[in-house]
Amino acid sequence: MSINQIDMLLCSMANYLNQHLKIKNRDDVLMIGIHTGGVWVAERLHSLLNLSTPLGQLNIAFYRDDFSHIGLHPHVKPSTLPLEVENRHIILVDDVLHTGRTIRAALNEIFDYGRPASVTLAVLVERNGRELPIQPDVIGCSLCLENGKHIKLHGPDPLCLEIRGTA
Amino acid sequence: MNNIQLDSQNRLKHFLGIEGLKRDLLIEILDTAASLINVHEKAVKKVPLLRGKMVINLFFEPSTRTRTTFELAAKRLSADVLNFNIDTSSSSKGETLIDMLRNLEAMHCDMFVVRHNASGAAHFMAQHVASHISIINAGDGQHEHPTQAMLDMYTIRQYKSDFTPLRVAIVGDILHSRVARSNIHALTILGASEVRVVGPKTLIPKGIEELGVKVFHDLKRGLCDVDVIIMLRLQRERMQGALLPSAYEYFQYYGLTEKILNVAHPDAIVMHPGPINRGVEIDSTVADGVRSVILQQVSNGIAVRMAVMAMTLSTMESPSLKKEQ
Repeated sequence: MSINQIDMLLCSMANYLNQHLKIKNRDDVLMIGIHTGGVWVAERLHSLLNLSTPLGQLNIAFYRDDFSHIGLHPHVKPSTLPLEVENRHIILVDDVLHTGRTIRAALNEIFDYGRPASVTLAVLVERNGRELPIQPDVIGCSLCLENGKHIKLHGPDPLCLEIRGTA
Repeated sequence: MNNIQLDSQNRLKHFLGIEGLKRDLLIEILDTAASLINVHEKAVKKVPLLRGKMVINLFFEPSTRTRTTFELAAKRLSADVLNFNIDTSSSSKGETLIDMLRNLEAMHCDMFVVRHNASGAAHFMAQHVASHISIINAGDGQHEHPTQAMLDMYTIRQYKSDFTPLRVAIVGDILHSRVARSNIHALTILGASEVRVVGPKTLIPKGIEELGVKVFHDLKRGLCDVDVIIMLRLQRERMQGALLPSAYEYFQYYGLTEKILNVAHPDAIVMHPGPINRGVEIDSTVADGVRSVILQQVSNGIAVRMAVMAMTLSTMESPSLKKEQ
């Protein structure tokens, strides 16, 4: 996928999010990107939406459900949530939604900071293969990939999507 | 070197001592601790890394600070914790260490944090424990206290960033100090330019120069231009025989005062593993002064112990899986 196409996806996501915020009358939102690809996407959306609140970053390494299989990564950049989560509307941003396990971990971590008023999920790419009942609210594009294929976002500048796998 | 602490992929399985570990592994512990340092800032002061795991604190010697920070570290990782103070339990009834180990294994635990007055006790347990259990040494006799050394290294890195140009003086009762031994190994592995030990002849073990340290018996000369001062507690409970005339006299020669501190580098930091004996090895004005980082050491100890616990228990199952999205 070319750089221009990703920019178009980001613009359409920003437009949709803008309408979403207007309809729901939410201006005091906190946007949070999931490390690392989700942060790159969130940085673009944050800038396109011209949000006045600072961007948060979430690193879900300590909340993964496969910790006992893959071990601990020593360079986990700590999560930074610049505003109180309690009673705030959150826009959670990730690059690719696949099994849903990352989002499950991210929701668990967010709730350890407080009880948000709502969480809206925005993803650049939504693909098949969900293992948990998690659905995005805002989508850049939807893909149907064969088993064994993975899609990866490279960045931060420029952003580039790559499909990998042998199947 | 066949290191019982490491698994087949050279990852930390037990944490028994600093000696023989590689620099990369020590840096990995410090980096992991750095990523866990802010866990207490959340409304829920926990991460779920060790949820469902059982940690047993096995303390054959009295301890408040170390046991408490290990317990806090385990709880911040969401593990369950049991505390056994053995001097009041079975060993006084004649049970052997191996029998006790088998009984505790039967309680389906995942980790023992061990403090013992015999050097090598944690190592002995690691050799005999069931393969799914990790052992962490919380101080064995006069041998090692590796988590204390790593929290000291964490604190030094916090203030000095790079180990290589540093001159570090370890002052006091080197003879009885497992903290000194672990710190000497850690500083050497991390590449500190000069490690000094300072103390009276009776409290410095013979042949310690072989560890690569310089020996000083005069406090003023030993502290000249150093960047880090690690004061040690005078361990009177371990002393047999007349090693010192009196605590008062010790303070006159080896007590750290503001005046003597002036010979160190102006940005020197003062550390102490605690508990401090005010007026014996350190003056109150220094312990409470601007260069003291003693309380910072205590806070850092929690994150460092979390890091070691998470790292050792993460090696128990190892099939590598790709990141799921």
